[in-house]
Amino acid sequence: MSTHQPKAAKGGKWRAPAMFGALAVLFILEGTVSNTMFSGHWDNALGILRVGLISAILALGVNIQWGYAGLFNTGVVGFLALGGLAPVLVAMPPTEGAFAAGGWGILFAFAVAIVTLIIAVTLYNRIRGKLRGWVVAAVLVLGFVAYRTLFDPAVEAIQAINPAATGYLGGLGLPTLLSWPLGMALAAGAGWIVGKTALGLRSDYLAIATLGIGEIIVAILRNEEWLARGVLNVNGIPRPWPVPYETDLQQDPGFVARVADFGFDPMVGSTLLVKLLYIGLFVGVLAVLMWAAQLALNSPWGRMMRAIRDNEVAASAMGKNVTGRHLQIFILGCTVLGLAGAMMISLDGQMTPSSYNPLRYTFLIWVMVIVGGSGNNWGAVLGGLLIWFVWIKAGEWGPLLMGIVATGLSEGSVKDHLLDAAPQMRLVIMGAILLLVLRFSPRGLLPEK
Amino acid sequence: MDLLNAFIAVLNYVIVPATAYGAQLALGALGVTLIYGILRFSNFAHGDTMAFGTALTILVTWAFQALGISFGPLPTALLALPFGILGTALFVLGTDRVVYRYYRTIRAAPIYITMVSVGVMFVMTGLTRFIIGVGEIKFDDGARFLITAREFKTLTGLAEPLAIRSTQAITLVAAGLVVWALFWFLAKTRTGKSMRAYADNEDLALLSGIDPNRVVMVTWIIAAALATIAGTLYGLDKSFKAFNYFQMLLPIFAAAIVGGLGNPLGAIAGGFVIAYSEVAVTYAWKKVAMYLIPGWEPESLLQLLSTEYKFAVSFAILIIVLLFKPTGLFKGKSV
Repeated sequence: MSTHQPKAAKGGKWRAPAMFGALAVLFILEGTVSNTMFSGHWDNALGILRVGLISAILALGVNIQWGYAGLFNTGVVGFLALGGLAPVLVAMPPTEGAFAAGGWGILFAFAVAIVTLIIAVTLYNRIRGKLRGWVVAAVLVLGFVAYRTLFDPAVEAIQAINPAATGYLGGLGLPTLLSWPLGMALAAGAGWIVGKTALGLRSDYLAIATLGIGEIIVAILRNEEWLARGVLNVNGIPRPWPVPYETDLQQDPGFVARVADFGFDPMVGSTLLVKLLYIGLFVGVLAVLMWAAQLALNSPWGRMMRAIRDNEVAASAMGKNVTGRHLQIFILGCTVLGLAGAMMISLDGQMTPSSYNPLRYTFLIWVMVIVGGSGNNWGAVLGGLLIWFVWIKAGEWGPLLMGIVATGLSEGSVKDHLLDAAPQMRLVIMGAILLLVLRFSPRGLLPEK
Repeated sequence: MDLLNAFIAVLNYVIVPATAYGAQLALGALGVTLIYGILRFSNFAHGDTMAFGTALTILVTWAFQALGISFGPLPTALLALPFGILGTALFVLGTDRVVYRYYRTIRAAPIYITMVSVGVMFVMTGLTRFIIGVGEIKFDDGARFLITAREFKTLTGLAEPLAIRSTQAITLVAAGLVVWALFWFLAKTRTGKSMRAYADNEDLALLSGIDPNRVVMVTWIIAAALATIAGTLYGLDKSFKAFNYFQMLLPIFAAAIVGGLGNPLGAIAGGFVIAYSEVAVTYAWKKVAMYLIPGWEPESLLQLLSTEYKFAVSFAILIIVLLFKPTGLFKGKSV
């Protein structure tokens, strides 16, 4: 993106395997060596890897938008959260009577809202002259009033059903895996709305518009209790196939006997097996995505995308529809983000809207992409795994380091404050990493070829 | 009488708070728009610059309070403000020297510098939280009200109260002074004129002997001052919480874009447009409606959106402006 292009990265074709090898060593150290830096528990190492894989998919999605097309999406957290809504809607059991009480009312209200918008847009395009503004405004106001009269009682009816445990529509009671495509579709839909309005304008308008949509999606999840219980959280979302529950495994005599053969305690064995199954599932998804992304990047379509990114004027002179391609790639990236969101909620087993923090879920993903190497899919995966590892460990190292720094200080409020505030240092570390990479190695660890 | 009551209710719950909020947004948007006009990038670190400046101001305020220094009926924070501005300006100049200057010399694409500002944002938000914590801090002292609800009621005999907090009055006075000083500076002084020239056409400005480093330095100092003042006024009026300042980024950018990015007058107008819409859309109009239409008691609160969705209002206005008038209400840059 910058006019300043450093020389080709050192190491040639062995660079990527070497980097991934180093990363593997980090995880192995975390699993085996127990000292101040590493925990020495495989449980921890696999736990970090599991979320690291989801981070890698997120980084891949952002890389599709930024690396292929130079689109700056600052609403990653929103698309992630929207994808996370899908497991709630698909996998949770339906709330008894909720649909009859208010489900149809809400659907009808949405239909009214959509019809109103269609009428407004049609009128806006048909009518000319001064009357246009007033007519469109009148249609919108009437539509809004109708929408609220239908919507409000329906919501109240749903939320009145056993508010302590449900009070929301519930899901369809289908297998969790089916929610992943829905998460992709939801995020793609939101991406279409944002892209349609903000693309084709100045490049940073998209950044600001996506910042807005990110905030709004999270606000909707926090407040619409009929949808996913808002801040009351939805718990107990079933695990995706083929991951079993630890307690079931521990009660299964066959399993207990088999882990005993390997010399494992059933408790340890079951948690490790569950983590490994999750990891296998996520690696499978990541592999399919990588295969598709690499294929796309090296296809004529990918060449066109890079041509547009590197010189929009030249590409549009060659007859390429720049805004149209940008919209396409933006939606594609959002789809991947939605998938990662659905996977994350399937992993957590609960929907906690207040945990969607933009620093953690938007800007940290950006650090991953930039550090890994924008434009290079393998770089995004590497960055996702590496930065997630550093982020988790920096949360532990920060207080340790601060403890060492503060040993010289006398006991008192200053020392307490330093120790309390130490976890915040990882934000500073991440910022410093981002700035250093942007400045000294703008093409990242694995540069684009 | 009912008409008067309705008017007072609107004044008390909509106009007074929205005016104070609008002034705070306007100051924030002015900083964003200045940086955009002169340094040519959208500064994502601006919200955290506000937080950083406010945190420094709060620290100095605490020091003053510990020393027993007060500002009479006015909040001590106003005395501490110059120190907060100084510290923030120094920090921001430091980031320019260490970070941004390099990208200016290589003439990097604006979106790339915006990305760099995300890195700065991380560092600043981390430092702010490190210095002062993540919790909510109230630091207003001095007189709390210019006029309290009870005083107003006994004074006028109306059923509806009107309370004006001193922080709201201070916000307006301070914002007015700052804006006046800024426009005077931009219009009358040599440095201000060179800044406008540089914003209009960099190459021509350089040809006519304007020192770009000086222009950039003054811009950062002004932006830091605006951010610190806006942040401190917002914190006095509501409260200080690092994350809330990060979230202010959206309404501030919306204000700057609605007014026309790069246009200072537009930033002020945009700030008030956003603030009035936000408060009006999230206010429950039931009481006012009951005064205006006697005998009608609406079942609902007549609230268009719940207050949690106030960001949706900035966003909706932003989208409408992007769709119909991408350069903003006042003509901004269309680069």
